[in-house]
Order: sequence, then structure tokens, then C-alpha cells
Amino acid sequence: MEVIARRPETLTKTPFTYCPGCLHGVAHRLIAEAIEENGLINQMAGVAPVGCSVFAYKFFNFDMAEAAHGRAPAVATGMKRARPDMHVFTYQGDGDLAAIGTAEIVHAANRGEKLSVFFVNNAIYGMTGGQMAPTTLPDMKTTTSPYGRNVEDIGYPIRMCELLSTLVAPYYVERVSLLSPAEIIKAKKAVGKAIQYNRENRGFTFIEFVSTCPTNWGIDPVKSRDWARDNMLPFFKVGCFRDKGEENVQGVEK
Amino acid sequence: MPKMTVDPYYCKGCGLCIAACPKKIIRFSENINEKGYHYAECYKQEECIACKMCYMTCPDVAIKVEK
Amino acid sequence: MAKILMKGNEAVAEAAIRSGCRLYFAYPITPQSELIEYMAKMMPKVGGTFLQAESEVAAINMVYGAAGAGKRVMTSSSSPGISLKQEGISYIAGAELPAVIVNVQRGGPGLGDIQPAQADYFQAVKGGGHGDYHLIVLAPNSVQEFADMASDAFDLADKYRNPVMILSDGMLGQMMEPVEFKPAKTQEEINTLGEQHTAWCICPNADGDAKHHHEINSLELDPSVLEKHVNHMYEKYAVVEKNEVRCETYNVSDDNEVLCVAWGSASRIVKSAINELKKEGKSVGLIRPITLWPYPYEAIVKAIGPKVRQVYVFELNTGQMLDDVKIAVEGRVPVKFWGKVGGIVFTPAEIQEKLEACF
Repeated sequence: MEVIARRPETLTKTPFTYCPGCLHGVAHRLIAEAIEENGLINQMAGVAPVGCSVFAYKFFNFDMAEAAHGRAPAVATGMKRARPDMHVFTYQGDGDLAAIGTAEIVHAANRGEKLSVFFVNNAIYGMTGGQMAPTTLPDMKTTTSPYGRNVEDIGYPIRMCELLSTLVAPYYVERVSLLSPAEIIKAKKAVGKAIQYNRENRGFTFIEFVSTCPTNWGIDPVKSRDWARDNMLPFFKVGCFRDKGEENVQGVEK
Repeated sequence: MPKMTVDPYYCKGCGLCIAACPKKIIRFSENINEKGYHYAECYKQEECIACKMCYMTCPDVAIKVEK
Repeated sequence: MAKILMKGNEAVAEAAIRSGCRLYFAYPITPQSELIEYMAKMMPKVGGTFLQAESEVAAINMVYGAAGAGKRVMTSSSSPGISLKQEGISYIAGAELPAVIVNVQRGGPGLGDIQPAQADYFQAVKGGGHGDYHLIVLAPNSVQEFADMASDAFDLADKYRNPVMILSDGMLGQMMEPVEFKPAKTQEEINTLGEQHTAWCICPNADGDAKHHHEINSLELDPSVLEKHVNHMYEKYAVVEKNEVRCETYNVSDDNEVLCVAWGSASRIVKSAINELKKEGKSVGLIRPITLWPYPYEAIVKAIGPKVRQVYVFELNTGQMLDDVKIAVEGRVPVKFWGKVGGIVFTPAEIQEKLEACF
């Protein structure tokens, strides 16, 4: 019998520390598979964020650095500049990337750093206990927006793909979702493309995953995907925003 | 013959593979793993079609599929 | 090599490049701008990386990344910018990474002004960032020494896997003096330096090698493991304290009736005053700490001659080093302080007047 799907060698044997049903693990696996498929295990390095995926440096089976909150793109910039023969990615959540690390992500993207950035958007701060994120939806209740996110007071959620697509330098920007096997298969293609472009040192690549937080949303893992589909996808539309490697980019559905 | 196996060491019993399986041949085990989760298991191996939907959806990379 | 007339800011940059530094990340701020500008001009010529970051915060985290990749890397700033870098400095210390940080101090607090000051002694020596750690702090008092410290700083950083700060000030940064550089490292030497940390740093797997999994990290949630890590760092610091204390003694003798302690730019002015007093037959010695951490406590004790009736500390701040001098003196003789703040530099005449009052 032939093994057709198994834990990739680019993941360590350490079990993930995420809650049951948390889709961080799916994003990890897609990245790990793309690195394995591109034959990059010996030249790859990643940067972990602060947040639920703070321990990502324990899960990827190659050199990893753990950055201060929001600073992963700056740390990755330093790593890539120091060792241009290596390939570097960051893995960041919405608080890390879209709140405290806004300057770092915008400027790494604007410089066209030859990095891949994987951004997990689940509209909430998970690790600290379900506080409001920059991506929290209008009227969504969190522990720091107990009456719902009041957009008059705190503004609307930030759409990072759209924001970064206004810059000239980024090479590839796509938003994908992880809410069903079919969507995960699409996401796998996008992740594979980002890592391929990274391998070819083409430029800055950015993948946003629309994900879930069953624990802090208080919804079971299966239903939380439906909640994300109904509530997140209308605001965070999946699609390719920029692909300098393809002539015809479909763009996001309006 | 196609086969899916869950490694109880990694499984956290989230049930996403159960929802993903088109043949509905995965269930929670009556046993628990060392973390205390009723892990997933395939109870009708002979009906597995090796579609990998379970593997694709598993957030803990606990599943192996063979053909 | 012939001496060149250069600003301190440019001299330290040139010396860093000659020491094999090929990565520099910084953000502009007065009065260190000549340093970042020199790097912008020279790094491309030696195939190095110059990157003007979006902020001091980003710059220090780029340093963290490059240091984590095991390469010689430097950043520089002035006081308010160094405050912004403190988060990253704490992470660099916690992850035990070698890096060099230059602070061309200006007056504070807050935005303060852009005149020379020594008001960041506490920040550099007593912490700055969060957690238990030390920077190795080198304080130059001439352009030549500022330049020489670049290679010392990289050597110390690599030797102890710890960030090293060169604590200069706006006067030394802006002032021009003749400076003689050490020979530049060859490309071969730089390549060797670049691979000296491959046992732990971010680096590719050589073909056929067993795969490594190096972690650059300061996080440890298990208190017993973190305790062990911090204790390990302090064992390292004990070695630094034993081996790396440096200071200069000036006019120290058994005839001294007053012993001065001053560092950096301030020490130059104190020296002038001592020379004037000498002409009047008044004997004053000076201890100039060159390493502010580790601090030359023992050298101060040794320098207290039999006739010394006053230890006098002069700084361009409100007395931030005073406590360390008191720790060294342990009440043997009275310790006095006088200083100027706000970016105002005292004159030799002022120091002379203060010292004459001791006789």
C-alpha cells in the first residue's frame, strides 16, 4: 500500500498547542507541505508571532525565530538580508499583523522584501482570551467589545489584502478560506504558489487565511466554519488581489 | 485497499474529519487518548475511498491515508 | 596608516565596516545622522546591507533577525530612538544574540534637545528594557576611541553572545578629530566570522548534513526552565565582570587630595581642569570608567590614595553614575557630585572652581 497523505517531514513531531478544531493547524500543514514539495527544508526559516501561534517555532521542522509582538516582518527582513540564500516566511495572526505590527507589515510589503507572509484572520484575539481584534466584525461581541464592535467609536475592520494591494511592490496577494475541504484545496494552491515564488526570490508574497476561533466565538468547530462563512466571507472576500506571475488575475468578486 | 488511520497521540476530537467524510465512516472512539479526548476512528475501513477529505480538514495533522 | 580627520559618527561607522559588519539597520535621528548617512554611502560599496527602517522599533527587530542568522550587525540612534529600541534589546539579550548598538546621546527626557548629554546612563547600565539582563556598555571619550570600540564591541558581542552598546554622545558624534583605523578585515575573515555561530543560528543545512532545528527565542513558559536560562545568563555576566572591566587612570598618585570619577565626554573636561590645578600644585586624580557595565568598582577603590579627602563625580546628567561610585567607595571618603543637564556642557573653568573648593 502506498501512503498518499501523511504528516509532512517539515513539521516536527510536537503536537500543536491549539484548541480542538482550530484551523491554525490546517494553515501550518499547508505551509509545511508547500515547503516540502518545493524541496526547501534545508534552506527554509520561519518567524513566529505573538498570539496563539507563538509556539509555531516548535512545530516547523527547520530553523525558526520567535519575534516580538507584530515585529515578525522586520525580523524576517533582517534574516533574509543576512542570509539571502535562505527562504524566509512569517506566520502572524490578526492582532499581531493588523494592529501592533501594522507599520512592519506595510513597510516590508512596500519594500518588496523577498518573504512570504501567512496571515491568519479569525476576527479575534485568541490567546489572551477573545478580545477585539482589528479584524473583528461590526457589532461582533468580544470580551473588550461586550456590546458589539461599535464602528462609530472604534472603526471598521481592516482588510489587509486590500490595503497591501494599494502598494506597488507586493508580488502576490491572495485571500483564501479554510472552511471546508474544497476551500482548503484552493488554499493549498495559493500557499504553494507563494512558496514557489519565494523559492524563486520573486518578491513579497502575502496569503490571508479566513479562519475560525471555536473557543472564543463559543461555537463548536464544525458550526464555527458556518459562522465564518456567513459573517466573515461577505466582509473578507476571498480572491487573488495581485499576482505578478500571472497575466490575467481574476480579482475579488465584487 | 484504501485506508485512513488517526493517530490518537495528535487527535483532539474536534470532529472536523467526521463532518468532512463523504462516506460517513468516521466516528468518535469510545476510548480516550492521554489528553482525555475521544479521538476519531474509522469504523468501516472497507468503505474508505481514500479521498483525503479527512486528512485535508484535520487541524492536527493526525491522519494518514493509504491506497 | 595615516590619520584622517573625521567626525565621531563617521569614524565609528567606518570602523564597524572594517570590523566585518555588513548589515546595518537604522532610522534617522539627530545627532547621529552622519552615522546612518555614512553607512548609506559605504555599505553598497562593500556589498553590505544598508536599510533605512520604518522606525527604530523595526530597525532593532531587523537586527534581531540578522543577529539570529549569526552575522555581524549594527544599529545606531540617539536617546529617544534608543528608548524605542528597548523592547528589541531585551529580546536580543534574552535570546543571547550578538549585536552592536550605538547611542549618540542627546538631552532628555522626552524629546529633550539635540545637544550632548549623558542622561542615558541608567537606561544603558541599569536595564532599559524589561527583565533581568545586562548590556556590555562601552563609553568612548575621543573620536579615536569611539572608532576603536566598534571592533571591540563586535568581538565582545560574538564572544559572549550578548548585545553591546557604545554609549557616546552628541559631542563625540559631531566633533572632528584625527583617527587612525585598524586594517579592514579581509573577505575571507568576514566569511569565517559569518559562519562562527552556525551551531545555533538560523542557517541552511549543508547537503548531507543531519537536519537541524535551531530556535531563536526568548520565550519560556516553564518557570523552572526560564529560571535556569536567566541563571545561565548571569553566570555568563559573572565571567564578563571578571574579564572585561576597563578603565583609564589619569594623574592618580599617592599625592592626590581629590579623586574625580567621570566618563565619556565629561572626562575630557575634567582632565583639562586637573591639568590646570596641577600648575597650582594641587593634586587631583581621575578614574574614567571605559566599560560602564561591567563597572570598575575595584579600580576606584584602589585609586583612593592615602591623602584623598574627597571623591568628586562629574557628569552631564543629574548624577546617574553617582550610586555606582558610592557602591565602590563604601563610605571610605565623602562622595560629591556636580553636573550640568539639558544638553549644556560644563567648562574646564567650572570644574576647576568646584575642585579648588575642596582644597
